[in-house]
Formats: sequence, structure tokens, C-alpha cells
Amino acid sequence: MEKRVIFKGVWLPLLLIAPQMLITAVFFFYPAGQAVWQSLFIPDPFGLSMQYVGLGNFEYLLSDPYYRASFLTTAIFSTLVTLVSMGLALYLAVLADRLIKGSGTYRTLLIWPYAVAPAVAGVLWMFMFNTRVGVITWYLGQLGYDWNHVLNGTEAMGLVVIASAWGRISYNFLFFLAGLQSIPRSVIEAAAIDGAGFWTRFRTIVFPLLSPTTFFLLVVNIVYAFFETFGVIHTITAGGPQQSTTILVYKVYADGFVGQDLGSSAAQSVILLLVVGALTVLQFKYVERKVHY
Amino acid sequence: MATLTLEHVKKSFGETKVIHGVDIDVAEGEFIVIVGPSGCGKSTLLRMVAGLEGVSEGEIRIGGDRVNEKEPMARDIAMVFQNYALYPHMSVAENMGYGLKIAKTPKPEIATRVQEAAKLLQLEPYLKRRPRELSGGQRQRVAMGRAIVRRPAVFLFDEPLSNLDAKLRVQMRLEIKQLQRKLGVTALYVTHDQVEAMTLADRMIVMNAGVADQIGAPLDVYADPETAFVAGFIGSPPTNFLPASRFGGTEGEQLGIRPEHLSLVAPGEGRIAGRVISVEPLGAETLVHLRLEDGTDVTVRQEGGAEAPGEGMEAGLSWESAAEMRFDAEGRRMRGT
Ligand SMILES: Nc1ncnc2c1ncn2[C@@H]1O[C@H](COP(=O)(O)OP(=O)(O)OP(=O)(O)O)[C@@H](O)[C@H]1O
Ligand SMILES: [Mg+2]
Repeated sequence: MEKRVIFKGVWLPLLLIAPQMLITAVFFFYPAGQAVWQSLFIPDPFGLSMQYVGLGNFEYLLSDPYYRASFLTTAIFSTLVTLVSMGLALYLAVLADRLIKGSGTYRTLLIWPYAVAPAVAGVLWMFMFNTRVGVITWYLGQLGYDWNHVLNGTEAMGLVVIASAWGRISYNFLFFLAGLQSIPRSVIEAAAIDGAGFWTRFRTIVFPLLSPTTFFLLVVNIVYAFFETFGVIHTITAGGPQQSTTILVYKVYADGFVGQDLGSSAAQSVILLLVVGALTVLQFKYVERKVHY
Repeated sequence: MATLTLEHVKKSFGETKVIHGVDIDVAEGEFIVIVGPSGCGKSTLLRMVAGLEGVSEGEIRIGGDRVNEKEPMARDIAMVFQNYALYPHMSVAENMGYGLKIAKTPKPEIATRVQEAAKLLQLEPYLKRRPRELSGGQRQRVAMGRAIVRRPAVFLFDEPLSNLDAKLRVQMRLEIKQLQRKLGVTALYVTHDQVEAMTLADRMIVMNAGVADQIGAPLDVYADPETAFVAGFIGSPPTNFLPASRFGGTEGEQLGIRPEHLSLVAPGEGRIAGRVISVEPLGAETLVHLRLEDGTDVTVRQEGGAEAPGEGMEAGLSWESAAEMRFDAEGRRMRGT
């Protein structure tokens, strides 16, 4: 039975949610509102006055080939980050779930990357793949592969994807492991008796029963790939080479803080917000309906 | 349909020995119930037959073939779990047809067989529902259906009724028995409920701490227990035990007498005396609990109509010597003499 505490009156509940509301207001609603407001203006080069342009910033952006390219980059980047981090995490979780001895150690070790700040993780990966002194670059060189993510856009993308996904594996792993362990053993055993081998069981029983977890992680990881990977990209490639790793959130920074085009930057923030909002709604509408059983 | 044989089967988990060597021969179509207290290794034994646990020592044969090394799916068995273990994301029909689907049975045949089983189990109206939309008894039937549909050689049941309420348990017990008779499938059924064991079994196996104390038809086991444990476990209320030293036995030996074999006589008469501590009138019968001078509690079962003494009254106890069961200090039955 659901247990509910009923508060009388209005003031106590308001007081209780006030801190959360305040934080949301100060750090989300206020800046978001400001972004929407600013996106309607173009400031003069010295920032002394602003000229109202209506949807001019948006029109300009949507016809800008660089901005459109950034959309594609973001789509590729976030798809890859989500797939790689969730795929590897699921694989590791399945292995850990089968372990009986030593699973504690294994789990602890796998959680460590989560404690590393994205920017620091970015630096670590950058050093390993450094074109002159990187360890991995050297090994790749021994194998006859000439790694240079500073010049090669595909390699740059590969590197930021790996670095971003790596930090995320721990988080996904924990959720997948918890999800796996909440599947009753007897259900798996019943399937084994019914004749299903490991893969068939995984495909027809385990994965469907894991789908609420998978869905949750999908939403969280896409949001992560859209926003929180900024640190990794900034430290490793700074959006380059030739904008090949400039995802939307990085472009907001590059155009606004570096390029000082505040109107366009604000408009980009608004678009980004809408895109993520729309994606989440879509996921809830179409994917979530399938995951409940 | 097949025979099932366990030969010197042992099981240890690391250092812990759980099954100490069990031998059973199950005939085709026989209903065997394994009964014993919690933790005695009933489930472990069943899971070894299913192939969910490895066999440490000994041999298991189904239909004459050694199956020790075979995967569960290759053993031609079906199992009904205590918590039913239904697939929560599949409909009732999909649950029942899952095994056939994996075996790549043609769709029309799956549909027919599921339909047949559903009819047998009165599940037809629920075929499209998910398990969580069913009552406990209906889930239980689906679990049975999943087992039936595959037409296995052996049915395994691990306390399938323990999650049901008392009334439903009695009803399902009858259904399981009828179903097994109708299908003629060999069945191995685990329970800790001795009433279930008595009513279902062709033969029952009484397990005690990893050992099969006795194997036999329920009434034979009841009338002629091999060990003090069996005498105490089978029958309700349980057998009374008295120290045999008071009746010409040696120290450590025990005398077992079933409650229905004791009768109350006037104080000072009979073979032993006690004080009534409580009386339970159950209608058809009345249970009288007494405490003897040495502190032992005994229970007497009387016809419901017979006059019972009041609480706190003194009474004498008598019994026929033929009803005595003597057990040695290790709890083994002593015959003759
Ligand atoms: N995987 C395991 N590792 C170690 N010991 C185990 C394992 N499984 C069972 N045991 C032990 O084996 C003994 C028998 O367990 P089992 O589950 O067969 O009992 P049971 O007779 O089915 O009891 P219940 O009526 O409570 O289900 C118990 O003492 C249990 O602690
Ligand atoms: Mg058990």
C-alpha cells in the first residue's frame, strides 16, 4: 500500500520545496529566460546598446552551413557516446553479474572512472593520444598506424567519443548491474529449462526485463552527451580540427565567449534547449510505452 | 514418461555437505513427494535433477540415460517453481508457448498445444493477459501450463503451492494430482507440508538433514516409521516420545506412541500419570495436552463425542503395547523383542 503523509495548509509544503525551487530559479529559469530575451537582440560591438531583431538570429543561424554541420556533428557524437558507453557498460555488467567471488572488487574498480572530472579525464586521454609523446600513439606507430587527431577530424571525433564514453561507463554499469540483479534467478532458470541458451535468454528475457533501466540510461546519456561533454571536448580538441568536433554546446561557448556574438550564442542556447526537450519528450512518448510490462 | 533414478547422489557446496547420498528409483508415471523440514536439502536435490545444480557424486538417470553432464534443456524435464517464475513481459499464451517457440515448433502447432493446455487448466479467458494481471492461483496454473505444453518426461515441482491460501492450496492439490494422472507423467514434488505429501504421493521420501530417512507409500510410512524423526515429522499432531527407560528399555532409548493410540483413564490407573494443561475441541476430534511428572508433554487424540477432562485435572494414560514404537539412542527403529 502506498503510504502518504498529508500536510495541512500551504505554507509548510511551500517552505519545504523552497530551496529546490530557489536553486532551479536562480540557475535555470533566470538564465534560460535571459537567453530567450537576448536571442532577440544583436548587441553592438562594444556591448553598449542592443538592437531588436526579432527572430533574426534564428533565421541567420538556420541558414548558416557551419551551424547545420554542428547539428550533424552533435548527432553523430551523442549517438556514438551513448552506444559505446551503454554497450560496454552492459557487457561489463553481464560479466559482473555472473561473478560470484570477487564481484565487490570488480565493481569498485569499475566505479573509479566516475570520480574523475570530465576535464581531467579529457587531459588524461589527450596525453595518452598526444601526437608526439602519447603512449598509445607510440604503440599505434609501432603497428604502422600514424595517429594524429590534431589534423584528422575522424580521429579527433573518435578520441572525444572514447574519452566521453569512458567516464560514463561506471554510471551506466551500476544501473545495469542493479537492473540485472533485480531479475529473479528463477525466471532465468525457467528459461534455461525451457531450452533457451545464454544468448536466447539474453535476447528474449534479460534484455526486455532490463528495458526500463535501458530507457532511463538512454535519456540520461543523451543529455550528458549534449551538455556535460564540454570539458572533454574543450581540453582535447577545442572543437577542432576544422570544427569537426564542435558539438552544439561547444559552439554556444565558441561563438558567445570567444567570438563575442552574444545574440547568436543566446539563440543557439535556446535551440539546444528545445532540441533536448523535444528529444526527451519523444523518448518518453515512443520508447517508454514499449518498456513497461 | 520416463523412469528416474538417483544413485548415491551427494552434494556439497564447497566444504558444506548438504546431501549425503540419496538413492531413489522412480517408476514411469509415479508421483513421488520429497518431504522434510526447511533446510534439509529438498530443493537442492530437485535442482540437481533439473540440472540447475551440479552433482558432486553419484549418478542421475532419466529414462535410463545418465544426465549428470547434460544441460537442463537436454533433460526432457519441466519445473514449476515456488514463485512461479513466469516471464513478466509476456502474455499467458507466450509464457506457455516459450519453450516450443525456442524449439522452433511451427506456429500453428504451438497455438494448438497452448490452447489444449489452457482448456485443461481453465485458463482460456486469460491467454492474452500478463502475469501481473492474474491472481495467485491463476499464475500457478500458468506455471503448470508452461510445464504441460512441452510434454516433458518428468515434472519437477518445488513447493508450488506454498504461496497460496489454505483453501486454494487444497483445491490446487487435487488439480495437480488429477492432471498428473491424466497425463501419466512421472513427477517429483517437493514440499515441507506433510499433509500435501500424504495426499499426493504414490510414494514419499522423508528427508532429514540431507539423508533420505524413509521411502515408502504414505500410509506405510505413517504406520511404520523407520526413525524417530519420521515418526515425529509425519502425522499431526506429532508422535509422543517417552523415555523408554521407564518402561523396561535402556537409557537413551525412546518410546513413540501416536496420539490416537493413547487413551485417558482415571487418575492412578493406567501406565503413567499426568496433569491436563489444555484441551482443544476441534469438532470431530478433541486434542488433550498433558504434562507428565518428568516434564514431558504428550498429546492424546479423542473422538469429538468422548468426554474430556478439564484443565488442571489429573489423569492416567494407557495404551496397547502393540502400538509402541521403540527407537534406539540414534533414533533408529528397534524391531522385535
Ligand atoms: N548455493 C548454496 N551455497 C551454499 N549452501 C547452500 C546453497 N544452496 C543451499 N545451501 C544449503 O543447503 C541446505 C539445503 O538447502 P535447500 O534449499 O535444499 O533446503 P530446502 O530443504 O529446500 O529448504 P526449504 O524448505 O526452506 O526450501 C541449506 O542448509 C542451505 O543453507
Ligand atoms: Mg526449498
